[in-house]
Amino acid sequence: MQIPVSTHRLPNGLVVVLSEDHTAPIVAVNLWYHVGSANERLDRTGFAHLFEHMLFQGSQNVEANEHFELVQRAGGTLNGSTWLDRTNYYETVPSNQLALALWLEADRMGRLIPGMTQAKLDTQRDVVKNERRWTVDNQPYGSWWEKLPALCFPDTHPFHHSLIGSMEHLSDATLEDVADFFRTYYTPDNAVLTIAGDFDPADAMALVEAHFGPIPRGAGRPPLAPMDLPPTFGATLRETVEDDVALPRLFVASRSPVFGSDGYYAASIAAAILGLRTGSRLERSLVREQRIASQASAFTYDLAKGSDLFVVDVTAMPGITAEQLTEATLRELDRMQQEGVTDREVARAVALVETAFVVGLQSVAERADQLSRFATYFGDATIANTQVDRYRAISAADVTRFARERLGADNRALLLYVPAERTDDASNSEMLVEAGA
Amino acid sequence: MSTSTFPTALPKPQPGTPRPYKFPAFTQHTLPNGLRVTVAPVRSLPVVSTLAVVDAGATRDAEGFEGLSRLVTRALDEGTATMDAMQLAERLELLGTTLDTGADWDSTIVQLTSLSSRVDDAFAVLSEVLRTPSFPAAELDRLREERLADLAQLRAEPRGLADVYFSRLLYDGTSRFSRLAGGDEQSIQRATRDEVVRFHETYFRPTTTALMIVGDISVTDGIALAERHFGDWRGAAPALAEPVDRQRYSDTRVHVIAKADAPQSELRVGHVAVPRLHDDYFPLVVMNAILGGLFSSRLNLNLREAHAYTYGAHSAFDWRRAASPFEASTAVETGVTAAAVREIISEITRIRESEVSEAELSLAVSYLDGVFPIRFETTAAVAGGLANLEIFRLPPDYFDSYRARVRAVSAADVLRVARTHLDPARLQIVVVGDANAIAEPLAAIGAGPLTVYDPATDADRP
Repeated sequence: MQIPVSTHRLPNGLVVVLSEDHTAPIVAVNLWYHVGSANERLDRTGFAHLFEHMLFQGSQNVEANEHFELVQRAGGTLNGSTWLDRTNYYETVPSNQLALALWLEADRMGRLIPGMTQAKLDTQRDVVKNERRWTVDNQPYGSWWEKLPALCFPDTHPFHHSLIGSMEHLSDATLEDVADFFRTYYTPDNAVLTIAGDFDPADAMALVEAHFGPIPRGAGRPPLAPMDLPPTFGATLRETVEDDVALPRLFVASRSPVFGSDGYYAASIAAAILGLRTGSRLERSLVREQRIASQASAFTYDLAKGSDLFVVDVTAMPGITAEQLTEATLRELDRMQQEGVTDREVARAVALVETAFVVGLQSVAERADQLSRFATYFGDATIANTQVDRYRAISAADVTRFARERLGADNRALLLYVPAERTDDASNSEMLVEAGA
Repeated sequence: MSTSTFPTALPKPQPGTPRPYKFPAFTQHTLPNGLRVTVAPVRSLPVVSTLAVVDAGATRDAEGFEGLSRLVTRALDEGTATMDAMQLAERLELLGTTLDTGADWDSTIVQLTSLSSRVDDAFAVLSEVLRTPSFPAAELDRLREERLADLAQLRAEPRGLADVYFSRLLYDGTSRFSRLAGGDEQSIQRATRDEVVRFHETYFRPTTTALMIVGDISVTDGIALAERHFGDWRGAAPALAEPVDRQRYSDTRVHVIAKADAPQSELRVGHVAVPRLHDDYFPLVVMNAILGGLFSSRLNLNLREAHAYTYGAHSAFDWRRAASPFEASTAVETGVTAAAVREIISEITRIRESEVSEAELSLAVSYLDGVFPIRFETTAAVAGGLANLEIFRLPPDYFDSYRARVRAVSAADVLRVARTHLDPARLQIVVVGDANAIAEPLAAIGAGPLTVYDPATDADRP
């Protein structure tokens, strides 16, 4: 399965990736800015994400809230997201609205600041604080998003701190911070623009040149603090959190090879063998045979810098203790580390990955995001077309080697959530255990 | 900062001529045994989604056996006449095929997605799973325990608590809809293996089953697959009794579900409205888009952008065959809980007072019209759309006429349906939050009688 790809570069440094598909009269526009929470000042945690919100508040030629309205009025869907080392903005629109989507993206890339006001910043700050409450503070286990990276990356490492940010730092953000951040990071030479779907390449490039061409390149982004890390933690790290949760839940993270490296594909297959869907080891052993876990999965963060994280996520069955859950989970990791994996397990994992890849290609938005991703991280969007082959090339020996080197006790960070002591909870859990007996 | 430091913008572009779009063509066929097959060839990628929809949803649960439908559905792939659960998983997954099950009020669904080269085998497995599941006692046991885990999690999560209490307090106590779709601790224990087997025998029959086959496959091949694997299946199911679907309280009430020290309150505000199959469906869809379905909706602009009370606010009709809930939903900082409730009530009231503006109407209509092709990019989405035709007994030209029917909705229509189907006089206002902080301010709004529930000790809890 090959996605058609052609790549261009404007004189101002903007990388433009085009992928034609005339199946449906729709087109996806996707913009990756190579900036994320990793680039924040440490006294401004959450700023990259707050800034992402500001991008939707208008620009020189777009009124407050008009961005969302214009795209939805055009019959499009849209959103954005902030990650550790990138921020993306995307919309899928009927294909006759491509020019509007490009015009909107160019206005906020080139002319955001005239649209920025204190009132808008204050509103979005409160919106983000509510987002924090909704996803972290008022949600069981919600803090794992910040606690796991904090445990796995050293204090000074750009991936250590909270992506959504603290309430205090959010309060400290100023309009000047917004202007600084914009000038430094939101420049065409720090961005990849992908267009996927129903369009004519010559027309599309003409539009891109007309709308984005006049935007001057930036002064160059400051380098990130050193990202490199040793391949293992060197120990088993532990943190236990008492929280308003019903059941113990354990995350075990290991340092793993960065996204796109040879070792990454072995790690990704290992995660699928361990914790993807019914036939996985964790499901078989922890959920079904031992009935210790009510939920079990494994995945990789897919970080492209410094170190990736290989994560196991298991939740206990009612009546199972945190100790039992931990012991059983670590035993599975020990087993994979010591015994390796079989050809059959690898074949299964590759088959699942392959189908997921093909199924995912159906969406122009998904296709565009993959292309932006490979263009941003590796300077080559066509790498998207090599993914299935790279997975197919992985052998049991590769996965076994990864497991031996990375899944041992010298490379584990355990983040354990346990129910906080409360008389209410005691009577609840007793009742539940009785009912289940 | 002077604008001259910025590159000059081109004028905002006008749209080009829209290219035509049609929902994929499909062929409907009924086998002699009553099983319906719909095939929609979509040849862009070598993928096939096969979706079986069975009229065996949670409304089929007898009283006291809530959760049986969902348990049966979850257990379908836990073993068949020829394979145990792990053999079944291996067989599918070695081919990269995924199988997912789900049960809702009106139906249960088994969906497989495979590469088109593997569709024969996917069908063979689907047939076994639907027709001859073995329901091993040990697996049922585990699934019941998993339900207990789900319930424990649900009760610790403010969002989950809000949803379950809303259903509980919205519908009459005799209504199936007032109980959890997946059952509670008591009802799930009554779902013994005998009950599971009986439920399956009774309701999983060719007359209650429809197959949607979407993707890289021809009509002939799709029907042939259905005939080969389901042609000799026999049996009919009893007719479904109309479920009780009346509202519990006929006046506006405030229900506070206590969650100590919650930094946010989860709000659900609404009432029982109309069934899915109603003449006013399209005006209601447009009305809801304006009220709370779009980012630029009245609720979201009010609560999020104007007041910054929340990360997001929206409204929806939770459509089902029976009378369906209308529900406005949001999570707001604790301190502004009462103010937010007041705003929600005022928006529900305001849209009944006068016609929406031309700008609001055109935004909603052009969004719903324009976004239509984006909704059906994948074989799974098309299969899901076709399943809705089956579940809600919609005509075959439903998708072809959808956009025209949306465009035909006027501001007068929106006003009429808002007045007819939104009723501020019987809103159920459910708030999960810090009762110490919010109960008094909420009572002070004067919306209606207020009750505080403690989910830990509430004997009547959902």
